[in-house]
Amino acid sequence: MQNNGWDEFEIGAMLRSFDGEVKDIATTLQEDRNYSSNNSFTASVADWRIEKPVFNKDFCIDCQFCWIYCPDISIISRDKKMIGIDMDHCKGCGICVEVCPTNPKSLLMFPEQADEEAELAGWPEKDKEEK
Amino acid sequence: MAFDKMELRETEVWDGNFAAAQALRQAQVDVVAAYPITPSTPIVEGYAKFLADGYVEGEFVMVESEHAAMSGCIGAAAAGGRVATATSSQGFALMVETLYQASGMRLPIVLNVVNRALAAPLNVNGDHSDMYLGRDSGWIQLDAYSPQEAYDLNFIAFKVSEDHDVRLPAMVHQDGFMTSHTAQGVKTIDDDTAYGFIGDFKPMNDMLDFDHPVTHGVQTEEDWHFEHKARQHNDLMTKVMPKIQAAFDDFEKLTGRKYNIVESYDMDDADVTVVCMGTSVETAREVAKEMRAKGIKAGVVGIRVFRPFPFEEIKAAFKNVKAIAVLDRSAPGGTPGAMFNEIAGALYNTDDRALLSGYIYGLGGRDLTKAHLVDLYTELQANVDAGKVTTPLQQFIGVRGPKLAFL
Repeated sequence: MQNNGWDEFEIGAMLRSFDGEVKDIATTLQEDRNYSSNNSFTASVADWRIEKPVFNKDFCIDCQFCWIYCPDISIISRDKKMIGIDMDHCKGCGICVEVCPTNPKSLLMFPEQADEEAELAGWPEKDKEEK
Repeated sequence: MAFDKMELRETEVWDGNFAAAQALRQAQVDVVAAYPITPSTPIVEGYAKFLADGYVEGEFVMVESEHAAMSGCIGAAAAGGRVATATSSQGFALMVETLYQASGMRLPIVLNVVNRALAAPLNVNGDHSDMYLGRDSGWIQLDAYSPQEAYDLNFIAFKVSEDHDVRLPAMVHQDGFMTSHTAQGVKTIDDDTAYGFIGDFKPMNDMLDFDHPVTHGVQTEEDWHFEHKARQHNDLMTKVMPKIQAAFDDFEKLTGRKYNIVESYDMDDADVTVVCMGTSVETAREVAKEMRAKGIKAGVVGIRVFRPFPFEEIKAAFKNVKAIAVLDRSAPGGTPGAMFNEIAGALYNTDDRALLSGYIYGLGGRDLTKAHLVDLYTELQANVDAGKVTTPLQQFIGVRGPKLAFL
């Protein structure tokens, strides 16, 4: 908790998203935005998670389903290429895994403490079509 | 979008509701979100008609409850518009949750409250129950005793409320029916002068400023809530009264009509005085004059600014007075009247503490007659002669049945 007194903040139950003026924010990437310390982007909610998604780029087809469905804007995609997960804001809901259409899935949920390298090494095989 | 100006006669015959509606038009209110309720309905109806007829440039938002009406006003004010609405009684009660939001968010909304009793039993007539219900909500509360004052105080309310040092919402109160539906002569201000008195709306942290994005209505817990409430209370206690006084001074220069934070009538040499609000003030002034003809030095004090409570002005107003009757027009619900308590609090630490007694009157629109006030002043003089309060501290005036008095 910051040690500011009652007379040291702006009036109103109001917070600024960015420090200073912003221009054309919609086309500015998150990493280039001047988020204020009050913005939730600067806060981590990683400890809310019990399970975490692990991303395996070997099977990803960049369909962007996970990016569209993620309720916390935690799928990082650049130039329509899926490049990873924002683990500071992912809450482990598993929706990205549910909507992933590849076979095998390119995203799977594992316990929070699981080792990512080990899980990638033991990734499931493609499901065989039953005849 | 252009709008037409309205030619007004120097004196118009308006009731309190129409006077308030005209003030909203002249203030060029951007958004009125309203759920009309008796007896305040003609205020928002009037604004809607002015809008439909092209006399104002704004939006009228029809909503599904008073809670939604104030919520709409809060959204519009946060977006950065000049915002107003009106309500009464049960509608006011339903608005209460959002009243605290508006003041906590420091949004300058003007709410015309046409005072009416609170059910049960259901009642559409005037008393101050709804006004009292808003007294801890962090709003500025101004009280009009006549249509003229309902008109004038709306301009004061906008000017003070929108001041960047204040940024607190303001209520303009008038008595249901006695003021709201009683047509009287109202001295008007022409459109340009009226608008010029308030000035253009100056946005602050508005959501439509896309270069400075803000989030309104945030959550704070034990870490920050207290500081926000402390700041709001500090600004109510220290910043509002000087701005109201300055607005009253400017208004007097503009119109010649003088308002005071606490109104005093025949108080220079008064021994006994009645303090009240609303239309009762005018009745009491008339009776005070008649009492003086009978040799009783009677005066009247009217509370013009109910919130922030004029603690210092009350101390000054009652200096050298010997007996005071505080008239509360709201069912006190198991305590002395709210104004009785607050005036007692203001006077307790003064040297010349007058004899103080409280009266509950006029609930649900029951008349306060001149005969009641003659008896009351006579009682106060008896207190002065005896050197002590000779009656119970809380008496009911004008209620049928055996004499009702407590404490």
